[in-house]
Amino acid sequence: MKYPFPENIKLPVTLIALCLFVLSGCKNKESEINGINKVNSTIEETKKTEQSTEYAVEPPPFSDGIYPCNDCHANFAPNPVRRNLVQWHDDISAMFNHDSENRWCLDCHDLKNRNFLRLANGDLLDFKESYKLCGQCHGEKYRDWKVGVHGKRTGEWNGKKEYLLCVNCHNPHAPKFKELIPDPPPVKQEDIK
Amino acid sequence: MKNKSSRRSFIKNISLATFSALALSGCNSMSFDKFLQKNFKTLSKKDKDKIIKDLEIKYKEKYGKEFHVSDKPAIDGTLFGYALDLSRCVGCRRCVYACVKENNQSRDPQIHYIEVLQMEKEKGVDFAHSTAQYNPEKVPEKGYFYVPIQCQQCKNPPCVKVCPVKATWQEPDGITVIDYNWCIGCRYCMAACPYGARHFNWGEPKVPLEELNTEVHYLGNRPRMKGVVEKCTFCIQRSREGKYPSCVEICPVGARKFGNLLDPNSEIRYILENKRVLILKQELNTQPKFYYFFGI
Repeated sequence: MKYPFPENIKLPVTLIALCLFVLSGCKNKESEINGINKVNSTIEETKKTEQSTEYAVEPPPFSDGIYPCNDCHANFAPNPVRRNLVQWHDDISAMFNHDSENRWCLDCHDLKNRNFLRLANGDLLDFKESYKLCGQCHGEKYRDWKVGVHGKRTGEWNGKKEYLLCVNCHNPHAPKFKELIPDPPPVKQEDIK
Repeated sequence: MKNKSSRRSFIKNISLATFSALALSGCNSMSFDKFLQKNFKTLSKKDKDKIIKDLEIKYKEKYGKEFHVSDKPAIDGTLFGYALDLSRCVGCRRCVYACVKENNQSRDPQIHYIEVLQMEKEKGVDFAHSTAQYNPEKVPEKGYFYVPIQCQQCKNPPCVKVCPVKATWQEPDGITVIDYNWCIGCRYCMAACPYGARHFNWGEPKVPLEELNTEVHYLGNRPRMKGVVEKCTFCIQRSREGKYPSCVEICPVGARKFGNLLDPNSEIRYILENKRVLILKQELNTQPKFYYFFGI
C-alpha cells in the first residue's frame, strides 16, 4: 500500500491533498521544479478523491508578505550553523517556544529551498501539508486529527466536513494554546428581578 | 331532585359564561384554533402544514421578519450522540452565547441552555464544589477544569416520565423535545431533571429583533411564550439538516463532537471506542447520550 494510513483515513487525507492541490494552483510551476515527486503524488490523489467529503478549509496562516520565502532567501547564502537570529526573524527567535532547547529553524524549514518544509527523512514538504511534519512527533494527535477527534470540524456531521490545519490553531513557533478572555458569567440568582 | 337540576343549570351557566367570555375577549379565529390545537404528536400532516403557515404569518406580523418554520422529522437510522473533551475545554463560554443566539433564548429574563461549571482539579467532577460564576481575566485558570452542562438527551429521560400532559417526548433520533403549545408550565420536568437542563420562561421572552434567528424548527428554536419550559435540542433545526449544532461550530478549542451513534465511522463512535469516556450521574440510570471524554 502506498500510504501508511489505515483504509478509513485515506479518504479524508486524500481530499485534503486534493484541496491543497487546487489551492496551490498558482504555485504549480515552482512545485514542478522543486518537488516533482510531491506533485505527481498529489495528482494521483486528486483522481481518487472525486467523491470524498473532507477538506482543509483554511490556507496556512502566513504573515503578510512573508511567502514565498525565496523572494528574499535567494539573495542569501544558506548558513546551516545554529545561532540566534538578530537581524531578520528576530521576532520569531524571541517568541520561539517549541522545545527550544533542542530545536531551531532548520529542524523544520529546508536549508536550501526555503519555500518548503523538510521532513526528518529529508523529503521536502509543502506548507499546505504541514500536518505531516507535526505528525512526526505528535503521532497521537495526528491520529486523532485524521479521524476528526482532535481539532475542530465544521460543516455537516453526515457529509462535507471542513478541517483546519494544526497551524491554524497552534502557532508552530509557540504552539501552546493561548489563554482566552471568557464571556460573561450567567446572571446570579439573587440578581434576578 | 332539586340538587340535580341545580347542578345542571350550574353547568349550563358556566359553559355559557365561558363562551361569552371567549367571545367578548375579542379573540380571532386563529387564536381560537390555537386554543383547540391538539398535541403535536397527534397532528396530521395537513394540520401541521396549516399550523406552520399560520405561525409564519404570525411571526411576520409580530417581528416584521420572514420566518422559515420547519417540522422536519427525524432522519431514518440516526441516533444523535454528543461528546465533550474535558481535557480541552478552557471555560471560555463561547458555546453559551452561540447557543443563546442560535436558539432565540430570552436575554432578559436570561436563559442559558449551557452552564459551564468550573471545578478543582484536586477534587475531580464534584458538583458541590463547582461554580458557574467564575470570571477571571483569562481562562483557563491554573488548577481548575471546566465541565459544560446542557441537556444530556437521556435514553431514559425522567423529564418525559413526569410530564402530566405529554408535552415532552423523545423523538426517534434521540432528541427530547417540547411542544410549547401543549406545555402547561407545571415545571415537574424541571424538578425531575438531575442536570438542571430545563429552563422556564418566567417572563415574556425578550430577544433583540436584529439578533432573531429566523430559521426555526417547531420543536426547537421558534420563539417561545411566557410560561413554558425549554431546553437544548442539539439544535434540532440544524442537526436534522445535517449541520453540526452551533456549540460544536463555535468551540475555539474543538472540544465538542457530535454525530450519529448508529454510524460506525462517525467521530462519536471513534471516541466511544477509543477514549476514556464518562457520563454524569451514572447511578441515576438516566443513560445520557452526552459523553464526556479525555482526549489526551
